[in-house]
Amino acid sequence: MAYSEKVVDHYNNPRNVGSFTKDTPGVGTGLVGAPECGDVMKLQIKVNLETGVIEDARFKTFGCGSAIASSSLATEWLKGKTVDEAAKIKNTDIVNELKLPPVKIHCSVLAEDAIKAALADYKEKQAPQTAGAASQ
Amino acid sequence: MALKFPIFMDAQSTTPCDPRVVEAMLPYFTDKFGHPASRNHPFGWEAEAAVDAARGRLARLIGARDPKELVFTSGGTEAINLALKGVAEMYREKGTHIVTTVIEQRAGIDVCKRLERQGLQVTYVPVQPDGLIDVDEIRKAVTDKTILISVMFANNEIGTIQDIAAIGKLAKEKGILFHTDATQAVGKTPVDVEAMGIDLLSCTAHLIYGPKGVGALYVRRKGPRVRLAPLFDGGGHERGMRSGTLPVPLIVGFGRAAEICQESMVEENRRIARMRDRLQDMILSSVDEAFLNGRPDRRLAGNLNISFAYVEGESVLMGLNKETALSSGSACTSATLEPSYVIAALGASAELAHSSIRFSLHRFNTDEEVEYVGQRTIEVIKRLRDMSPLYELAKEGVDIKTIKWKAE
Repeated sequence: MAYSEKVVDHYNNPRNVGSFTKDTPGVGTGLVGAPECGDVMKLQIKVNLETGVIEDARFKTFGCGSAIASSSLATEWLKGKTVDEAAKIKNTDIVNELKLPPVKIHCSVLAEDAIKAALADYKEKQAPQTAGAASQ
Repeated sequence: MALKFPIFMDAQSTTPCDPRVVEAMLPYFTDKFGHPASRNHPFGWEAEAAVDAARGRLARLIGARDPKELVFTSGGTEAINLALKGVAEMYREKGTHIVTTVIEQRAGIDVCKRLERQGLQVTYVPVQPDGLIDVDEIRKAVTDKTILISVMFANNEIGTIQDIAAIGKLAKEKGILFHTDATQAVGKTPVDVEAMGIDLLSCTAHLIYGPKGVGALYVRRKGPRVRLAPLFDGGGHERGMRSGTLPVPLIVGFGRAAEICQESMVEENRRIARMRDRLQDMILSSVDEAFLNGRPDRRLAGNLNISFAYVEGESVLMGLNKETALSSGSACTSATLEPSYVIAALGASAELAHSSIRFSLHRFNTDEEVEYVGQRTIEVIKRLRDMSPLYELAKEGVDIKTIKWKAE
């Protein structure tokens, strides 16, 4: 299978590989996929608690080149977006950007799932604090 | 010697034609173009003599008593189809049960699936974790309705060589025909249809440095005389078992390729196995959690199959494929999105089935190529593990099996 130039570029020069400490305030972690399916993505966001803007993002991926490229691209797109804007990233945007063939669409779906999971984790961690602040 | 890229180490998918094979074939495209069934002029006689000579060379390589026992086909897939379907149809009155294994190549499995849809019963014998088929499992699977046992000689992914002589003996004892898919074995490891009790054997030219587009089925003529229903109707060539004009240049090339294999097998296997062992040592000594698939001491000389935990096969190939041609059992390298059924059948976790890489060496590989491929593989695995969330979890001491994964 021939890969698009963009997939090859993300595979050779992945953006934002790494990890944040999970319990740092403002960090949201998504871990999606399954080893037996051949794809696992860990995607993390670091949100500025005052502005609600995603200041930084990291990923680690077990999967094919298209899965690595999808998650690498996702971290690039997440940076600078607000949490609400980030929730609007769709797998089809990733498919179009990376020119993924039909057999690789599941990689983009997994990247969207990872974004959603990271955002949900971030919101869940914020919830008790917000509740606490309101009651003061 | 300077390295020439890309380096080919995917010789169990196909091999380059040996220049000596091409040289032997060339006259049969132009000057010696006759039809071997033309009985009344020199063009036909010349072509027939060339086909007979090739048949003889192939017969010698597999220990067949009579060259007439070889039927030329378009390749291994057709030979397997002819053997299984031909026996199923011809012996339907005698029985409707076939015993085969879970690790046969696609052609073997898919023909059996079709026969099942047509009302035959097929038992797929499991494989042991080391890649060997337990002959007792075959014995247990045999019933009074069994007409054929079909077991591959050497596996295309893990290179494991089965105990063919023991299976042949069992088949004789039970009076059942025995077919072996020897596409990966002929020319690479000693094959003797007489000593091993083989009644039908499939092989192909392109895996032994011959041309693509030609294969053969050995069909025993004596003790027992095997009869087959043909796949095609037509001129009744090849003793009525395979109609169609013989591709004389390809057959000549097949014969020459067989002859070269027979002359050089012992020395060549020693050299290829030494390079394979060097590659294996290099990789296993510097990569942790890398697992050898298949029994090391019953392997084709050129085969090396390793599962690298925590990295996915296709991503490994992608890191190497500009300079090195390898293959993977990864789902992503196939159209089906299923990982290697062979590695999975060994009892490995599905994750390790996604992570297997096959290196298959051939006659023209060099020591320099082995050093290069070994080093690059180690680098790519390390880079991908730095990117792998599973490797990170494992290093943190988390058992991946205890995580509840949401499989799609």
